[in-house]
Formats: sequence, structure tokens, C-alpha cells
Amino acid sequence: MNSAPSVVSRRGFLKTSATTAGGLMLAWHQLPAVFAANSERSGPAALGYFVRIEPDGTTVIGARGCEIGQGVKTSLPMLIAEELDADWSKVRVEQMSYGLVPSNEAPGVAAKYGPQGAGGSTSVSDGWSDLRQAGARARAMLVRAAAERWQTDAATLTTGNGHVLHPDGRSLSYGAVAGAAVLLAPPTADVALKKPADYRIIGRPTRTVDAEEIVTGRARYGLDATLPGALVAVVERCPYFSGGLASYDASAARAVPGVRDVVVLPGPAPGDALSANLATGVAVIADDTWAALKGRRALKVEWTHGPYAEESSASLDAQCTKLLAGQGRRVREDGNFDRARAAAARVVEARYRVPYVSHCPLEPQNACAHVQADKVTIVAPLQSPGGASRVAHQLTGIDRLKIDITMTRVGGGFGRRLSNDFVAEAVLLSKLTRKPIKVVWTREDDLRHDFYRPFGHHHMIATLDQQGTVTGWAHRLASASKHHRRPEIKPDELWMPEIYPDDFPARCVPNLRYEWFAVDSGMARGSWRAPAHTANAFVVESFIDEIAHASEQDPLALRLALLGPARELPYEQHGGPTFNPGRLAEVLKRAATAIGWGRPVASGRGLGLASHFTFGGYAAHAMEVSVDGAGGYRIERCVCAVDVGRAINPLGLEAQMMGGTIDGISTARNLEITIEGGRVRESNFDSYPLLGPRDAPDVEVIIVPSERDPAGAGEIGLPTAAPALANALYAATSKRVRSLPIRSLQA
Amino acid sequence: MTRFQLNGRPVEFEGDGEMPLLWYLRDKAGLTGSKFGCGAGLCGACTVHLDGQAVRSCSLPLASVAGRQVTTIEGLAGASLHAVQRAWIEEDVAQCGYCQAGQIMAAAALLSRQPAPGDTDIASLTNLCRCGTYPRIRRAIQRAAALLREGSAS
Repeated sequence: MNSAPSVVSRRGFLKTSATTAGGLMLAWHQLPAVFAANSERSGPAALGYFVRIEPDGTTVIGARGCEIGQGVKTSLPMLIAEELDADWSKVRVEQMSYGLVPSNEAPGVAAKYGPQGAGGSTSVSDGWSDLRQAGARARAMLVRAAAERWQTDAATLTTGNGHVLHPDGRSLSYGAVAGAAVLLAPPTADVALKKPADYRIIGRPTRTVDAEEIVTGRARYGLDATLPGALVAVVERCPYFSGGLASYDASAARAVPGVRDVVVLPGPAPGDALSANLATGVAVIADDTWAALKGRRALKVEWTHGPYAEESSASLDAQCTKLLAGQGRRVREDGNFDRARAAAARVVEARYRVPYVSHCPLEPQNACAHVQADKVTIVAPLQSPGGASRVAHQLTGIDRLKIDITMTRVGGGFGRRLSNDFVAEAVLLSKLTRKPIKVVWTREDDLRHDFYRPFGHHHMIATLDQQGTVTGWAHRLASASKHHRRPEIKPDELWMPEIYPDDFPARCVPNLRYEWFAVDSGMARGSWRAPAHTANAFVVESFIDEIAHASEQDPLALRLALLGPARELPYEQHGGPTFNPGRLAEVLKRAATAIGWGRPVASGRGLGLASHFTFGGYAAHAMEVSVDGAGGYRIERCVCAVDVGRAINPLGLEAQMMGGTIDGISTARNLEITIEGGRVRESNFDSYPLLGPRDAPDVEVIIVPSERDPAGAGEIGLPTAAPALANALYAATSKRVRSLPIRSLQA
Repeated sequence: MTRFQLNGRPVEFEGDGEMPLLWYLRDKAGLTGSKFGCGAGLCGACTVHLDGQAVRSCSLPLASVAGRQVTTIEGLAGASLHAVQRAWIEEDVAQCGYCQAGQIMAAAALLSRQPAPGDTDIASLTNLCRCGTYPRIRRAIQRAAALLREGSAS
């Protein structure tokens, strides 16, 4: 066993990764729940989905998830390989396509391979509960095949590193028994799983399986895919929120060599979901990308400005101020905050502002689609293939079982691709033109037509007694709900993705109020990596720092006092079912120790801390900053401590913490989407300056060893970076950052 | 008609000389390793070598490369992987991987003019990575420099 990356064949690209000649599908099926619908063989030698052993011993493992950079194409196959007892050096991972099977229950289809989307940091915890069993069942069949060969009792046999082992010392490679194993009836009930002490793959630092393909340029992303005969479409979209098409003149565009057609792409009607296409547009369809881009430049389009033409960043700020002067919806009310306030020895109060930000994955949106009379083919970089399937069904009426979806490697997700508007565009254009279509977005398209992280103002109030104990806490948030124009969401549910009632410090402060106000904004909103946690962790963790300084307490000591002892508190929102403040205290202490919390620092330097619970994981950041006196600042050291339960792939977990930290820093330092005249102002990386290598610190990652079941790691690294930075800047300058981004420390 | 050398082979193109090199590579030459990220020379995902120098192919009209040598990520390796590619694998740099071809081309050009890069040399690179792989990129560049030194010493 070594952790060398295996090279993944691209043979299966644009095809489903079913059997290849000579390959043998090892059987396992009938996982509980999601697999209940699967009782049929999907091919001659294909009984199952995830494991195929070739005669030479090559172990092909299917990767069911969307690989957006979070590492599931490596970590999920590791779960299978562990229970299979495979030789990882002989494992080749193949991306699976999206799978559905008929079901008697609504909506008439069920997931063939289990959950395949990437959202909410759930891939690893889902895989932990079903993919290990997939590996174990395949292993059981190999053992039975070997037992038959040796005419012995399967219970006496063991396995190791891709071999079945006989107690007398004989062994058979998996390749040697796979041919017999596929003929056996698969286990119909769960088989026993390994003891963690026997793990050889889980917990081992393992490089990304696609590494060689990536460094040689062979890895295929959505933008690298095409369909036979596909034309390229570039769409000029209405820049005004909910605006429309007034008129257009395509004569010059049509005259551009290579341009084949110009068609109107209708936008959503008022009230329509924005999961279909986002904006009305005019599509230029051409032989290649450059001709389409040139054709679009030659278009003349007049837009109607829509109902939000007066909206601006300033008008949203004014709206928040007005809202917060009133009373909102109280979504959590513990004890009696008003009484605590009346009795307080000290009240600390502050307002924070968190801007709209864009997902901005480096691979702009794109999708290939071909709509035919009785089927649809989609090849795209996806986070939600299920959503793509539903959108394509809604737009074409074609049976979802006839919608074939291939997920390519994805050039970043960050939540952007949970919305399938780009898929909807490709499907609609293919339906309109009756041709295979590849829709390509530019960077400007991507920045101006996103589903942005919500904007909000936070009014924070804390009450303290004579001893400095926090007796009351109010978090009053006016925000533009992430649940914007989603028909299934009722108005009284809009607050739910904005402020999570069970988030800290609930249950840690006796009198506590969370209150929400709905901001009216025309901007499309969506899930941005660690959604509301990014905003709320910044505010809550900065405000605790303010309370500590106002009451002359050490920020670490105050945090630990608020968190209290280890205990499992119910946590009903995503990431539950419990939240343990003791685990949060532990990562906080580890980060603080690593940075040398409490040591004297030079003038112009400061240390800052923050911790937060996100989607089942616990993280803390500790940073040391230096300031130059002219508004500039630099992160000198950055520590991230994390507890996500058992680390499946420590190398991947470290990467996610580094990346999440840098995403958090990039966003805190530089990024804001602003609005003027009902449209987005920013257009490319000059006005939306992602953090470059010069300002990105090294990140020292501390992984808390744990035997608990794993939580996902794709989002947990982000929320505490901004408040740790802001708290360190306060320590260095005595200037409190209450509005993001922090481009300069001068007012 | 534009004639130039692409990964060591002569090519000619009769189409629009205004077409950026990137779209020629991707749509006409079938070389999709160079990526489209911004179209304005800001992110570096499209970085290739022009006569050995790192350039951003999304903003380079095809006519301007006439008579010159273009090397893309597909042409970087010889019989075995380039030291920068090996170092990238060994340091497990990639997350989504989309920017990495451009990062590797930029790093390879840096190392060809500065075989022992200091922090300032590495900080002069401006290729963006949305996943935040910069710490591992720095380590991989130093590892590649060491691999190249070993290679030239042996």
C-alpha cells in the first residue's frame, strides 16, 4: 500500500462508466432506503455499481459524487476500498454518471447510486453510512468465491491488500476470484464492517486520484466537453433584476462569420423559480466560442429596467436601518431578554454589515445539452445533478429516466452550481434550435448573474452583570433571504436560512433573542459555501471580542466561559442532531495554544481568535497580524484547528482547511458585490479581486484526532477566518471592523 | 494565414487573426488543458509559454504569435513529467484543479529563469486560485526547484 495517486482512465468520458470489455462488475446492491428500488442487474456481468475487479487485479471503484475540488472523488472511493480490503495502489477511480431507477413512490424515480450532489458538506457522512457497506458486500462475495475454490468455510478466511487469505498461508488475488464472485448471489443483508483499529486506507493521507490528469491538462472539465455536432451559445442577459427585453437588432451579429443563429431566451415570469434560467437573454449561436463571443459583441439590445431599477447598495443599507428600528420576527426567545437588559450592569451594542458576495468559481458556468424527441443528454460541471434532471424534465416534459446526465470534473462549486440555470439555458436553447448546444458563460456573465450570498445588517446587544457574566444576548438581523423566489418556500419560512436558532450562543446565555427582518431586494440569492454561517460567525465572534474588551476580560477566557463544559445540546438545523460546546472549546484552545495566545506582541501586531460549529464540524482560527500604519495589513501567522470526527483523508482535510481559510480571508479582505440602478456593478477580477498568492498566508492546520463518525469538511474551514482576522486587527489597532470587506484599515 | 510552432510542431490557421490564442488552442487545436477563467489576462488560468515566457493566451490575438513557439500544458512534459508537474503531484496541490495548468506553466517559466527562487520571486506570480491552494503551490515550486537541481547534478 502506498498513497501514490492512481491514474484514472478517461475512456469512460461522455459515456457511462458501465462495464468495459474484460471488466467484471462485482455484485452488491440493496442498500437500505435509497437503494430499495434497485433489484435488477444492470448488465450481463454487472450486478452492482461501485466495484469492478479486472482480471489483472486492477480494482475499479466508482465515484458517485460531484468533484468540485472538495476531494470526494478520492475520499468516497477510500471508504469503499477500505471495506473491500483493496490494494489502493491497484485502485483506479472512475467518475459515475447520475443514476435514477423507477420507483413506485413520488416522484416516480429513486436514486440509483445514493446521494450524488455536493451541498451542505454531506458527501462523506452519507458515504460513511452506505459506501462502506458497498465495499464490505463486495469483499464478502470475493471471500465466498475463494471459499468455494478452496472447498472450505468462508468464515475461516480473511482478506488483506487485495487478496483472500487462507489460514494455511495460501492466498488468492481478488483478480483471480472475481470471475467466480460475480456469479454469486449478492448478500441481501448488511455484512459486518471492519473495526477501526484495522483500517489501512481510512485515515491515511492520500493524494487526489486525478492528480496526474490535472497536471498534464488531460482532466476534463465541463468547459472541455462537447457533444457531437454541438454549436456554442453565448447569451447576452438582461442586467437588470427582473428586467426584460425591450428590443434587439441582431443583423450585425448574424453577419459575423461563424454565427449560425440568434434567438431569444425567455427569462422567468414573475413568481417563477430561479432554479430555471435566471434572466431573459438573447443567445448568439455559432460554430465556435470566439465567433459566438464576437457575435454577442455585435448585438444591439435594449432592456426594460424592471421593478428594481432604483435598487442600490445604499438603498439596501437605508432599508436595513429602517427595518431594525422596528420589531421583527422573533425566531428564538429564551428567558426574558428585556428584563435582562433592564437589570444589566453593562450593555454592549454594535451594528455589523455583511455584503453580497459572488461564488465566482474559476470555471465559468457552462453546460452541453441535446434535447431529442424522447431523450435528453446533458454533460456539465454540476453540484446538483438531481436538480439538473428536474429542471430538464420541467422544461422538456421528457421522462427523467430518459435524461442522461454526465458529471464532469468541476472547476469549483462553492454553492454556485446548486442552481441549474446554466443547464436550463442549454436545454432551452437545444429545444429551440433542435441542435446540441454548449452554453458558455464569460467571467462577466458569471459575476453579474450569480445567486449571491445574502446581504444583511446585524444589530447585536449583550447585557452583562457586575461580574462581567453575559446575562442577555440579542441578535437582530435584517437580511435578504437566501430563499428568494422559490415557490415552495412560504413567506414565514424566509428567515430559516438566515439565522439558525440552535447556533451558539443559544443555550449558553440564559436570556437570548434571535430576531429577523426581511429585506426586499431584486438580487438573486443562493447558497454560498457555509451559507449563513459565514455572515453569522463573523458577527457573533467579532461581537464576543467586543464584549470581552468592553468588560476587560480576556477574549479566550470569555469564550470558554460562554461555551461551558462538554455536553451534547440538541441542534435541529442542518449539521445536527447535536452540538457539543466542549468540542468547540477544544479546537479553540488548540488554536490559541498554537498561536501563543497571551504572549506579548510587538507594537503594530495583534492576535485574534474565533470558533464556530458548521454542519457537524468544529473549527477555530487563530491569527497574528501586522499593520503598516497606512491602512495596510498582513497576516503573519494563521492557525486552523478542526474537529470533524474521524478524518477519512487527512491530506484532503488539511487541503480543505487551507482552502476554506484562504477563501474566508479573500472574501473578508477584498470582496463585495455592489448594486447601482438595479444591476450589479462588478464585472471581472479587476473589480472583484480574489486574493492572490502574495496576500495568502500559510495555514497551519491542526486536526483533532477523533473516533467519532465523520462530518464533511468542505465548508467548516471558512466561517471563522474573517472574525479571527478582524479580532486580530482590533488587537493591533484598537479599531473594530464592523463592515466587510476590510480593504483598508483607514475609515 | 497564421503560421507558428505549437508544442514543437508547425501549425497554420486560416481563420480570424483576432481570435485569442486560447480559443484557437481549445476550439481548433483540441488542446483543452489551457483554461478560460476571465478572458482579460487577470487570472492566469490560460497561461502558456510563448518563446519560453509565460503569457496569458486569453488576451493574445492569434496573429501576434505568427512565427513564434507556443508551448501548452500538453507539451510541457518530455518522455517523463516535468519536474514542476511531479512536484505538483507530490505536494498534492490541486483541489478543483482548474487553475493548475496555468499555475504550472507560470511556475515552470519562473524556474527556467530563476532556478533557486526566493519568496519574493514566488510572490511575483499572480495566477489566481479560487480554491486557495497557494500554500501548497509555494511548497511545490520549492520542491520542483530541488528536483531540477538534482536532475542537473546527476
